[in-house]
Amino acid sequence: MSLETVRPSPGYEDILPIEYRDLVKHGQYGRDVKVSEMGKFKELIEEHPMCAGCAMTLFIRLTMMALPNPEHTINVGTAGCGRLAISQANIPFIYGNYGDTNSVASGLKRGLKLRFPNQFKDVVVMAGDGGLIDIGFQGLMHSWFRQEKFTTIMLDNEVYGNTGGQESGMTLKGQILKMAPRGKEVDKIDALSLAKVAGCAYIAQIAPTNPSRVMRTIRRAVLIAREIGPTYIQAYTSCNIEYAIPTPDVMQDAFDVEKERYGFEEIMSDEAKAYITEVEKKQKELAKAKAKK
Amino acid sequence: MSESTQTKEEWVPKGDLQEIKDPEWLLREAPRKTEFITGSEAAREAIRRANVDIAISYPITPQSETMQQAGYLFDEGYIKEYYRGEEEIGVMSAIGGSSRAGVRSLTATSGPGLMRGMEAISSWPGARTPLVLMNMCRVINTPLAIQPDNIEISFLLNTGILHAHAENQQDFFDYSLAAFMVSEEVDVTLPAVVSVDGFFVTHARGQVSMFDEKYKLPPRDGWRNAVPSMDNENPPARISRDAPIQKSNFISYHMHAAWQQEVFAAVERSAKYWRKYIGDLIEVVNPDAEEFVVSSGACVSQAREAVRQEGEKGRKVGLVKIKTIRPWPHKELIAALKNAKRIFVPEFNQAGWLHKELCSTLYGKITADIVPGPRVYGGMTMPTEMVLEWLAKFRK
Repeated sequence: MSLETVRPSPGYEDILPIEYRDLVKHGQYGRDVKVSEMGKFKELIEEHPMCAGCAMTLFIRLTMMALPNPEHTINVGTAGCGRLAISQANIPFIYGNYGDTNSVASGLKRGLKLRFPNQFKDVVVMAGDGGLIDIGFQGLMHSWFRQEKFTTIMLDNEVYGNTGGQESGMTLKGQILKMAPRGKEVDKIDALSLAKVAGCAYIAQIAPTNPSRVMRTIRRAVLIAREIGPTYIQAYTSCNIEYAIPTPDVMQDAFDVEKERYGFEEIMSDEAKAYITEVEKKQKELAKAKAKK
Repeated sequence: MSESTQTKEEWVPKGDLQEIKDPEWLLREAPRKTEFITGSEAAREAIRRANVDIAISYPITPQSETMQQAGYLFDEGYIKEYYRGEEEIGVMSAIGGSSRAGVRSLTATSGPGLMRGMEAISSWPGARTPLVLMNMCRVINTPLAIQPDNIEISFLLNTGILHAHAENQQDFFDYSLAAFMVSEEVDVTLPAVVSVDGFFVTHARGQVSMFDEKYKLPPRDGWRNAVPSMDNENPPARISRDAPIQKSNFISYHMHAAWQQEVFAAVERSAKYWRKYIGDLIEVVNPDAEEFVVSSGACVSQAREAVRQEGEKGRKVGLVKIKTIRPWPHKELIAALKNAKRIFVPEFNQAGWLHKELCSTLYGKITADIVPGPRVYGGMTMPTEMVLEWLAKFRK
């Protein structure tokens, strides 16, 4: 969709809902927004039915803000908490079957490439830990092996939150949850290493403690997926309900977990590094030139 | 893209050299040449002429060679994109993804693979994804078998998927090409399955008359759908295209109900397009007979031969061939069978799904005895003698 499609014809402007007019006038289309602008522009996602204090919601908001071309992005998700918010964004969202995200995204991305050979169409999979590492495991791994050019973001709350708190492959060993009445018997799956082995061009582990870093990471992942290969972000997005984290302490928990075992990690191939360095250099120069004006 | 069959300099996608023609002309009027080929080869020739954008394959056992043939067509440039998926859930999901992107999408499978991909397959109609699945019917395990039997069709009946059942190699060629066009009509926008009975048709040769390979169908127009393609080419709105069932409330119940009604209404609307490309939805032989054999798929051929042999003996037996299982030709069947006294329904499966479908259509409409059989399954061929024996037995 070109930005011209977003803008209503002048004659129709006043009959469009104010929501839409605000999006066009005060949204993020056509420019990069910064974290410091939160609350000052019309975000792609506003209303959502997520639980109060949910860290995942913050992460999803930041993701939407970070998308380099929201007018050319399609989100793919599956059952889980995240889709309740993702589906409320001003971006087409495919809510597929259980665990089909990376297979759907493979077909979608290739199809879009055929139809729009001269326009990048970014495909972003955002799904939970259960959706990706358990039921979606095969599709996830094979999309990486096939070097499918889209971004996968795991919203890792280490539990099946939406279904009421069952253990997942990403739950820590020993954790007592539904379906793990004696504590989880096996280790948390090392998905980062799997991504490495499978040849992802860009891999990041992150907690939502530093919003600017979250946005930079998302942007990098989406841009690298356009040109180089599959990218993977694993984000700690705690479930304050199932892990009984008091709402005011959600961010403290994120800092604690980050410090203890979920520190920021960024791994990229040489090719990806060369590419993103070049892209970011150009962006900086452009920003400088703009500032001078 | 591979250049294995031509040098890089020479390579031109052969599909680019084909001429686009009106599909109705291609399917009903264009001059044809006849070749003696297998059902899989007939499928290949249909795909060659179908202007397919993407084909996604998986070599499940039992496998026909169709999807590897699609690979060769990709190599020659008749198909623009092709890959082998991880397994059927992956393939059926991916092909749903490519269809959402607005490109013409193809895959093929058979009994066990169909069952494996069933969750994805059954969600295609609700997602309004035009695409074609060629289904070479095989036994569903267990016990393990790789033989023909079309029980899997019964699992597709209530999904909202368009479904044609080919009698022979010729039908497989024609129905597959028609399926692409029907499924992509704006007021249809649904996936289509073209089933054919495995081995008897896929691995056996038959006469297939085909229009010239220099012609192809018009391309899919990704802008023409009942619902927008997932290409982000429409002004943004806070709504997911896929049935937006978020929470349990009366709005979501109504939305889901209305959405489903619309899917099944679209199946009915597709009938006019099927008629345009393949003629009437049923074929009737000896319409004034009192005894009828009603069947679909390869069984029709044995029934046809039985009808011929009865004719030689001076006994007029009618035949109804059902071409499309979905849309189901209710009115046509009632009209064709209104004077029947006895109806036989030969089938290649144990459950007798065709018999059940027929009974529910004819119940209360006609007075004929609808005999549940003859049936073979598990891989057996139905001898013509079996149809003749049943005819003789019930006459007594």
